[in-house]
Amino acid sequence: MSSADPGQVFREEAAELLADLETALLQLEQNPDDREPLDTAFRALHTIKGSGSMFGFEAAASFTHHLESAFDRMRKGELTATPAMIGIALAAKDHIRILIDDPANADTAAGERILARLAEQSGSATMPAPHRQEPDDADDRATWRVRFKLAPDALERGTNPLLLLDELRGLGDAEIVAVTDDVPPLEELEPTRCHIAWDVLLTTTSPRSTIEDVFIFVIDETELTIEPVLASSPTPAPAPTMVCDLPDPSVPTPPDPVQPVTQPPQSKADAGPEKGKAQPVANSIRVPAERLDDLMDQVGELVIAHARLKQLISDSVDLQIKSVTEEIERLSNGLRDITMGIRMVPVETLFGRFRRLVRDLSQELGKDVLLTMSGEETELDKTMIERLNDPLVHIIRNSLDHGLEPAADRLAAGKPRQGRIHLSARHAGTRVLMTIRDDGRGLDRDRIRAKAEEQDLIPPGAKLSDAELFQLIFHPGFSTARTLTSVSGRGIGMDVVKRTVDGLRGTIEVSSTAGGGTEITLGLPLTLAIIDGLLVRVGQGRYVIPLFAVEECVELPPDVERRHAGRNFLNIRGALVPFLRLRDSFNVRHPPDPYQKIVIISSGDKRVGLVVDQVLGDHQTVIKSMSKLHADVANFSGATILGDGSVALILDIAQIVAAGQIQEQRREAS
Amino acid sequence: MAVTGTETFEALTLGLGGEIFAIDANSVHEILDIVPQTEVPGAPPLVSHLINVRGKVVPLADLRIRFGMECTPPTIDTRIVVVEIELDEEPTVVGLLADKVHEVTSIAGASIEDTPDIGMRWNPELIKGIGKRGDDFIVIPDIVRIFTTH
Repeated sequence: MSSADPGQVFREEAAELLADLETALLQLEQNPDDREPLDTAFRALHTIKGSGSMFGFEAAASFTHHLESAFDRMRKGELTATPAMIGIALAAKDHIRILIDDPANADTAAGERILARLAEQSGSATMPAPHRQEPDDADDRATWRVRFKLAPDALERGTNPLLLLDELRGLGDAEIVAVTDDVPPLEELEPTRCHIAWDVLLTTTSPRSTIEDVFIFVIDETELTIEPVLASSPTPAPAPTMVCDLPDPSVPTPPDPVQPVTQPPQSKADAGPEKGKAQPVANSIRVPAERLDDLMDQVGELVIAHARLKQLISDSVDLQIKSVTEEIERLSNGLRDITMGIRMVPVETLFGRFRRLVRDLSQELGKDVLLTMSGEETELDKTMIERLNDPLVHIIRNSLDHGLEPAADRLAAGKPRQGRIHLSARHAGTRVLMTIRDDGRGLDRDRIRAKAEEQDLIPPGAKLSDAELFQLIFHPGFSTARTLTSVSGRGIGMDVVKRTVDGLRGTIEVSSTAGGGTEITLGLPLTLAIIDGLLVRVGQGRYVIPLFAVEECVELPPDVERRHAGRNFLNIRGALVPFLRLRDSFNVRHPPDPYQKIVIISSGDKRVGLVVDQVLGDHQTVIKSMSKLHADVANFSGATILGDGSVALILDIAQIVAAGQIQEQRREAS
Repeated sequence: MAVTGTETFEALTLGLGGEIFAIDANSVHEILDIVPQTEVPGAPPLVSHLINVRGKVVPLADLRIRFGMECTPPTIDTRIVVVEIELDEEPTVVGLLADKVHEVTSIAGASIEDTPDIGMRWNPELIKGIGKRGDDFIVIPDIVRIFTTH
């Protein structure tokens, strides 16, 4: 086993299994007859129970056992997956999560209530506890001969044969004999290898599958045969003498009429003991996120080092050095793409969580809501996915709570009774667009306007485009909800949504039609670490403007230039665009270049021109965050290192556009 | 760094505005020759520039600003001492400008005296104590406080 804390390994694995379980439960709720989610749920529960007890999470394991039993009965058709049952299972799933993550704070009474409801639903007052299953119906008893031989390195991988034997004993009457034929002489004995095989005569009411399940974690590496000895025998276990006459299990077993579950030992590199599902070994490994971050850092430095090298040899005539530099460029670009690819995960992992959210919220609010999704396979940086969770939860909550009308209102408005929320993700160039659309009543323009005027955010009667008006909802403390429900008013507001998305260098656009619904679109960069930038010069300083925000570059018209102190706006094809002279913002003392350039940038539907001395060209930018000492510095979102080894600052587009707007408002006010 | 009692501490001595300063040698990562500096518009004067230290973007601090010393242009002796300090429990790497770097030396804790209340040109809050070596006085600045107070 690895030196990592096995408990942590289990916790991580359990988190994934619980997510699978939830997805399966929600699928099952939609299609109660579907076999596949039922099996997935059962497998997840079984693995959590098994690994849980293996890693010392006894409370979680024993709680899970009850749920697993119920699902086993569903698999056998003895129970049906009613909505009530799914509801209980979801509650149980949440409880298991607490039992694993924070056992000390688990509410035992809540757990018992869930079990009581489970017992009520599944129609059995007392659920059999693990390992204490007593056969109550002698007619179902069968005797099996179970022979198993673990892989020689099984002990090193953390398998404990005693636990397997205990589990077999728990199924009924077991006679266990150790087969020691393969144990080598003492001088050759390696104490960490497993040389013993076991023969077990097991009389049990449990079906064959239950016995197989005991070996579910080691099935790939274990030689296992399970044969019926006396089918449906009412007699108790056979005498021990019989057991001793068993053939040597190390002798290859002849082909078995009852399909022995015999698997050749697999290579050592495969499965560990925590591997749960008896399916082909997944071609993936689990890596701590910090290691990926470190890797990304190193690749970032390589990209910088290469840029320096390229600059150093740009004047060289040595073809060999040039060719090596090109080779390094190819390699470092490849390495960068691969590293970024490793960090990408499909947004399904994010969207999947919202099925449960919508289900619970729609029940809580008494609204019938259908959640649909598209583009779940679109990939995004893992860190980004994690940080997007809270903002999206908030937006979806808003859609459900404020956006979607109650059924009666919907029918009155000629809409279908069932409200709809659609989540979608798609690539657009180097960005990912994520959209949350509902078909509710839409944003209330008059209320937003009234509220904004009340809070002095806009002058009374100000003319605003829809997009400008909707941006107001992102202002701190801005809520148009008339009454706070249990759903709204908790957690974060739209201002925090905006801040989070800004922090990811993303954009938010809102569109809404009265009575037709609201659509919120987040535009997100593919990765947090490297962006394409436009390198510009202001005075002697060089700055990077994120390329996604750049619309065009134009020359500052001389007549505008002459009115230095006056109006600072341009006419770009009929549209009024305010502009900022960066040399003023940055207090540059160096005299300006004779022909000033303007880079037009956009954020949302706002456009602002930035006056610079020179546009130097595009530059692949590895983003470095600035230290705490510069936390208060506005206008910059980070820094990067240029090809000559010097540092350049990256402009914070959202901040600069906001500054441009203030300037424009001052002009309008004066 | 403990500068009282009988402990001695390893200090890097450096010249700054005609005085000798001592900083904890354990916090020093490396000493660099002067490198290109990038001005950060709107930043506090103490840390108005950034430098590249082996691929990391690091603030460059001129302690002379906090001690009210004259900021003379760099000379052939000017160095950047890269140190790591704890700011809000977060390790932060900072470059310190030094007119000249002298040596690493042991300073006996017993020889360190509290900052005198009078006869000081500088804000006593920014100084941990005055060490003595021979006839020289060595100023032991409180680096963290220099960065956390304004």
